[in-house]
Amino acid sequence: METTRKLIRKQSVEKLYNALTSNRQVYAPVVAADKQIEYRYNPGFAEVTFGHIRSTLSVKNVVFPKVENLFFYTNARSESTITDIDMSRIPEVVLWGAHPCDNAAFDTLRSIFCWDIKDEFFSKRLEKLAVIGLSCHLSDEYCFCTSVGLSPDSKKGSDILLSLLKNGDYHADILTEKGNEIVKSAADLFETVSDEKEVITEVKQKFSHEQVTSKLSAAFEHPFWVENSLRCIGCGACAYVCPTCACFDIQDETRGKNGKRYRSWDSCGFGLFTLHTSGHNPREVQSQRWRQRIMHKFSYMPERNESLGCVGCGRCSSGCPVDMNIAEQLEALQNI
Amino acid sequence: MSDNIYKPYLMEIENIVEETPDVRTFRLKFKNNEDAEKFVFKAGQFGEYSVLGEGESTFCVASSPTRKGYIECTFRKAGRVTNALANLEIGDTVGFRGPYGNTFPVEQWEGKNLLYIAGGIALPPMRCVIWNTIDLRDKYRDITIVYGARTVSDLVYKNELKEWEDRPDIKLITTVDPGGQTPDWKGEIGFVPLVLEKLAPSSENTVAVLCGPPVMIKFTMPVLKKLGFQDKDIYTTLENRMKCGFGKCGRCNVGKLFVCKDGPVFSYEEILTLPEEY
Repeated sequence: METTRKLIRKQSVEKLYNALTSNRQVYAPVVAADKQIEYRYNPGFAEVTFGHIRSTLSVKNVVFPKVENLFFYTNARSESTITDIDMSRIPEVVLWGAHPCDNAAFDTLRSIFCWDIKDEFFSKRLEKLAVIGLSCHLSDEYCFCTSVGLSPDSKKGSDILLSLLKNGDYHADILTEKGNEIVKSAADLFETVSDEKEVITEVKQKFSHEQVTSKLSAAFEHPFWVENSLRCIGCGACAYVCPTCACFDIQDETRGKNGKRYRSWDSCGFGLFTLHTSGHNPREVQSQRWRQRIMHKFSYMPERNESLGCVGCGRCSSGCPVDMNIAEQLEALQNI
Repeated sequence: MSDNIYKPYLMEIENIVEETPDVRTFRLKFKNNEDAEKFVFKAGQFGEYSVLGEGESTFCVASSPTRKGYIECTFRKAGRVTNALANLEIGDTVGFRGPYGNTFPVEQWEGKNLLYIAGGIALPPMRCVIWNTIDLRDKYRDITIVYGARTVSDLVYKNELKEWEDRPDIKLITTVDPGGQTPDWKGEIGFVPLVLEKLAPSSENTVAVLCGPPVMIKFTMPVLKKLGFQDKDIYTTLENRMKCGFGKCGRCNVGKLFVCKDGPVFSYEEILTLPEEY
């Protein structure tokens, strides 16, 4: 589809938001009581924030929920039954105001969930998702989108991308058919573009991801991994906040005879992740697990999934309880 | 047909064999005939077996694709799921997803000698390919099976061992670790690598399939090399922990490969290219 650019006035943004929330679920960022930024379904427009740098958790849960029920069962020995999930009930969702790094992550997730046989839970959710992104007019020291091939106004993953203008209005880049449908449904709110300047933050490039990828192919045995993971406590927070981490666990939960099998987020940083029943663990110590995290995202995925496993959002660093900074480590890695 | 790739087939336990005090073999039949008709698999592939309410566990399909209408699995009681499985009875339901993973290249092996070397509970992942090639006996030259266990009571598939022993077109050598023999034990006494060294099979036009505990692999590999086997002619199966079975959950990732997609069957030549995370 040919992309077009329109103008949407500050006061029209509220009208668009209200029109969308009137007939579907809109997942939008708000400032929670504890000052953390979190996404909620259909908050009032006054609550929606336009000035956040990054939400505490990424928005991946709209396509890859923390817990996804896979089916329900009744275990009655020879009479056991399984009840499938009705995927037609997966709702249409509009993701509102998510930044370009988070939106680019949907492609990365697709490269994991659909590279071989297609995961219908993921793909149905993605199919039902429309993304109204918001370019970044603010950033901080943790941001490194420009080091992984993205930018504060990357269009990847958005159906419409809003960019703040100096006078408080927004440019709306209409990028896909889904985005076009939304614009058509509220055509009177979109006007012809003005020559008002966009406010886009500057994110300094810290490393070259191509350089990192090429260095990693020979760095498996490098002392770097031990030296740089000594303080890692294996809490898994980096994976939970990451927009592209997709490793999961599968568990059963039963009440009496009835129960459900579900999948839930997991992390390669946990010792139990790879532990065999025999007691043997292929990744026994934390440094091996830290190496796996970096290798998977910057070496294995580019080779296997043709996508980088990182979008430079900086959450793993800003959220790390022991202040491990992935961008600093990658910067060091490109020079080893 | 459901789009849900996590939904297992419901299988009925048709038969249970108590192989050893803690190892069982289940014969499983599809509850739904349509599923049974559509189901095809090849030697080396695996599945996710489940007790609803306890979770899933990964094992190879232990029966041969040449035997239609059922699948078999052999497992040792070790964790939560395998203990729950062991408590089931004939007629009970087991969930099964699969088949997943790659296969032993049995077509490529036609016209060659086959040397199977297994230790302990590692005979089950090899039983499928062993029967597959025995059932197509004309296509292969000599078939030799070397199987070792800690003690006589730890040997699995005792009935089949007898059958293989009695067949003139199969050479079977069984061995138990020193001290593991019984007074009437007629097989070898000694560790697999030493028994193999004594047997000294020719590597000429021969493929070796090797499965066993890491310590057995470690000491058997040099023997095979000394006998002249090339890395590309030695096969094994890797058994990393898995959840999904189709390359998404991330658990069995070794380097850029997934044991569940690129394996479980690997040649030793491929194994040498992998980081040691298996």
